[in-house]
Formats: sequence, structure tokens, C-alpha cells
Amino acid sequence: MALAGAAAGPLSQGATRAHLMQARAGHLLAAPAAGLLLVMLFLPSALVLTLSLTDYAFGMPGFNFIGLDNYRDMLTDARFRTSIANTAVYLAIVTPVSVLLALWLAIVIDAQGWLRGVYQTVFFLPVTATLVAMATAWEVLLHPTFGLVNNLLVLAGGDKVRFLSDPDTALYTLAFIGIWKQVGYNVLLFTAGLSTIPKDLLEAGSIDGADRGWSRFFLVTLPMLGPVTVFVVVITLIRAFSEFETVAVLTRGGPVGSTQMVLFTLYEEAFRYFKVGMAAALAVSFLVFVATVSILHARFLDRRVHYV
Amino acid sequence: MSDAARIRRFGIGDAMLALTALVTVLPFVWMIAISFAPPAEVYTGRLIPPLSLAAGWDNYTRAVEQAPLLLYMANGAIVCAAILVLQVLIAAPAGYALAKLRFGGRPVLFGAVVLALMIPMQVPAIPLYVAIAYAGMLNTYAALIGPFIVSPIAIFLFRQFFLSYPDEVIDAARLDGFGELSIVWRLMIPAAWPAVGAFATLSIIAHWNDLYWPLVVITRSEMMTPPAGLASFRASGDSTGDTSALMAAGVIITAPLVIAFVFVQRHLLRGLTMVAAK
Repeated sequence: MALAGAAAGPLSQGATRAHLMQARAGHLLAAPAAGLLLVMLFLPSALVLTLSLTDYAFGMPGFNFIGLDNYRDMLTDARFRTSIANTAVYLAIVTPVSVLLALWLAIVIDAQGWLRGVYQTVFFLPVTATLVAMATAWEVLLHPTFGLVNNLLVLAGGDKVRFLSDPDTALYTLAFIGIWKQVGYNVLLFTAGLSTIPKDLLEAGSIDGADRGWSRFFLVTLPMLGPVTVFVVVITLIRAFSEFETVAVLTRGGPVGSTQMVLFTLYEEAFRYFKVGMAAALAVSFLVFVATVSILHARFLDRRVHYV
Repeated sequence: MSDAARIRRFGIGDAMLALTALVTVLPFVWMIAISFAPPAEVYTGRLIPPLSLAAGWDNYTRAVEQAPLLLYMANGAIVCAAILVLQVLIAAPAGYALAKLRFGGRPVLFGAVVLALMIPMQVPAIPLYVAIAYAGMLNTYAALIGPFIVSPIAIFLFRQFFLSYPDEVIDAARLDGFGELSIVWRLMIPAAWPAVGAFATLSIIAHWNDLYWPLVVITRSEMMTPPAGLASFRASGDSTGDTSALMAAGVIITAPLVIAFVFVQRHLLRGLTMVAAK
């Protein structure tokens, strides 16, 4: 290498040196991040894959490889099956409602006059607020006997609902709180997406007759918001699947398992019962879910780039 | 839009918007209201309990006396600040290297960052917990901070932002004797401040409010962060039947972030927009 450099003359020798220095600087600057990614993320994740095939329990001296038994339990054991089913119901409610509601809100808020800033702030509040505290506030509002919501229900001539303590309503109540939390976040993302739509495109749309209301929405706004919408769906799916706080604080999976969800079950298995092998299997299924959604997202975006 | 059009469009849509906004602020309003109600008057069947400053004073005093809320908040501030500073210190040089420097292994590293974006924290959490427990480091700041100091999102964001930075300026800086690190901190970061701001906001919100990891690695009260502390206050006998003090505690730990970020909301929106446009 040094010979080649010497033969090629002083100019390219300098260039080669600059390249070498740049490569060295690149390695040095990237090394801390690369090392930490390996130690904090990739190695532990690989370890989780391995642990999911064992019966390892924290504090035990050893462990056995038991093949796919943990995964089989996940599909046959009543508690795990319930938590998967509950998570599916929760996702099926929270995702469409919080995405569509937020899309509508972002567009309507964008068309407001002086109230626009007020509304943006209002829907931003749940994004920053501590969910543990807000979940507790919802619990007070939804108190089974004398909460404000039940007082209003009685006033309106209805019957009281034991929102969080009735197995028939608890999961839906958590889904409602989940929507409340997620809508604010989604409005923020949609608002950011809306502001990237060039104003001249809206004007061009108005010349073509798509001047306002629904025609403008379908002809101009929605196609432009397409990629943002897909992103919001992906984020919502992942965040809804990761729901933990409301379960851990308000219901602990009850009453009678009606709000047992995957991440809370994972937490209990790993950190309360110390059944690391089983928890690892749940973590792997969580990882598979997130990876699948993310890969579908990337694929979808690729295809859009080709078509548009 | 003409005034006539605006008036014509005011109707069901705006009413629904106002109603949705009302439901959104309801838990905030109620949390504050109940923190000013005497504990015995919270659940009486009356629509709105009697509120008074005197009752509020009592409630907030009890909340602070029964739960070390200020300590929790100090812990939260230390943890969030340390995480954010380390995240930027580690991610910005890596993002710069990925965007502007040619070196062997660059595509591999970028692939790893994209892959890492897909790994939720709860996956590595299990082995990390086992390692931390065996190292005797449960109930330490290191345990609260360590797993988050490398942020694939931050690396990715910085790389995207730095890509569009003009190479000529970097070359000129090199001729002026700038080292690569001072290029990162003195040229790139100041130019990328909307991305830094947006990332900082999201990072602080995430870690101030996170319950999962503190619940895993912290059992001692004096090491708890605000959400873990509030959850333990909730579960403790001290708050049983004292909803007012619990709501006061909720107000105390929620207020700093909500107030701070309402003011930077506009900047966050601009930062997010720039990030989205990249």
C-alpha cells in the first residue's frame, strides 16, 4: 500500500493519507455507539432467543434446553392465551380509533382560526403527562359508586357501570384510556405531516375544483398524508402492544384475568415469578410482532416510492 | 377561506371537536380539582365536591409528607439528564461518521442501527436485569441509566440530519485545523438543533414517565423515579382512602413536564416537521 502510494506521486499520496485518516476517524467516532449497541442491545437480544428455549429461572444454579416447550405453553396455557387474546382485542380497538380520530382532529384543528393553538396544546397534554398519574385520575373519574362519570350517568337516567372492576368492561375501559393517551401523540404526528404539504399543492387542488371540504381531503390531503398515516398506524400498533402502565397500575391483569395483556404477563413472569425462560419466549414473540410490523412498513414505503 | 364558508362549516364538526377536547382535558381538570377537595368529600355522590384552598394546602402537605415526592423528582431529573447527555454524546459522533466519513464497516453499522430500531426495550431487558442483579447493581442510578445511553433513534436522526450538511464547509473546517470531533460539536450539532430539540423532548418525556424499567431494577424507595414512586404511594396504606393526597401527588409530578413542554410545543412541532421532511 505504501509502495503504491509512493509510486503514484505526492498528490495521491496525500489523498490516500486523507482517506486513511478519515477511516480512522470514522472508526473512532462510531466505536462507542457500535460497542454499546452490541453489548446493550444485540447480545442481550440474542441471549433472549437462547433463553426462550430453556427452563431457566432466576436464582437457579443451572438450566435445561427444553426446545419449543415455552412457545407451546404460550399457545396452550390459559393465562398466556388469555393475555394474547386480550392484547388482540385491545389492539383492534385502540389502533383504528386513535388513528382515525387523530387524523380527523389534526385536519379539523388545522382549519381552526384563533382556537388552533389552544386545541393543539390541549391534545398535546396527554403526550407529556405521566401516565401513572393520569391513569389514577381516570380511576377517580370512573369510580364505581361515586365517580363523576357514574354520577353523570345516573343524572342522565342510566345505570352505574363498574368500569374497572367488572370483567365485562375492564378491558374496554383500559382501551379507552389507551386511546385518550395515543390520540394526542398521533395528532402531533399528523399535524407535523400536514405542515409538510406544500401550500401551492392545496391551491392547485382548488383550481381543479378540490377547493374545500371532503373533495380536497380525498384529492390532496389524504394522498399526501399517506406515508405519515402508515407510520402512525405502525407506531400505534407497537405502542398499543407495549401497553403496560395502565394494567400494572389500575388492574394488575384483573378482574379475573380480563385485562391480562402480553407485556404485563411478560413482566410478571420475568420479574415476579423469575421464570426467565418463559418470559424470554414472550419477549421473542413481542420482538417478532414489532419486527413484522416494521418490515411491512418499510416494504409499503418502498412500493410507494416506485408508484408515486 | 371566506367568512361565509367559515360560518357554514361551523356546526357538528366543531361541536365534536370541542367535546373531544373536553374529554381530553377532563382527567387533568379533575386531578387538580380533587387535589383541592377534603378527602372525606371526594366520593359522596355530589357532582362536584366542595373545593377550597385550605383543603388543597392540607392535601399537598400530606402528599409531600407521606411520599418523598421531591426526592423522586430529583431522581427523575438526574436520570433524564444523564440519559439525554450520554445519548447525544454517543449518537452524534456516530451519526456524523455514518453520514460524512468513509470507513470500513459503515454499511454494516448502518444496517445494525436500522435493525436496532426494531428491538423494543423489553427484549434485552431480561438478560440486562439478570446481569445487573448478579453485578449487585440493582437500586443504583447506573442501572436506571445504563440500558438507554445508546439510542438507535438518535443515531438514525443525527445521520439523516447531517447528510444534507454541505461537504465543502466540512472540508474548509478541516483545512482550518478542526478535528473531526470539533466538527461534530461546533458545526454539525448547532446546525441540527431542531433535531436535537425534538429528540431531547421525546427522550425526556419517555424517561421521566417510564414505569417499566424503574419497576424492574428499583425496589428501594429512595432510588425511585416519579412514576415508580407514585405507583408505590398508590399501593401503600398511606394513600388508602386519601384520594385527595394521591391527586395532589399526581399534580406535583406531572406539572413540571406538562408546563415545560407546553411552552416548547411549537419548537417540537417544527423539529418533528423537519425530521419528517428528511
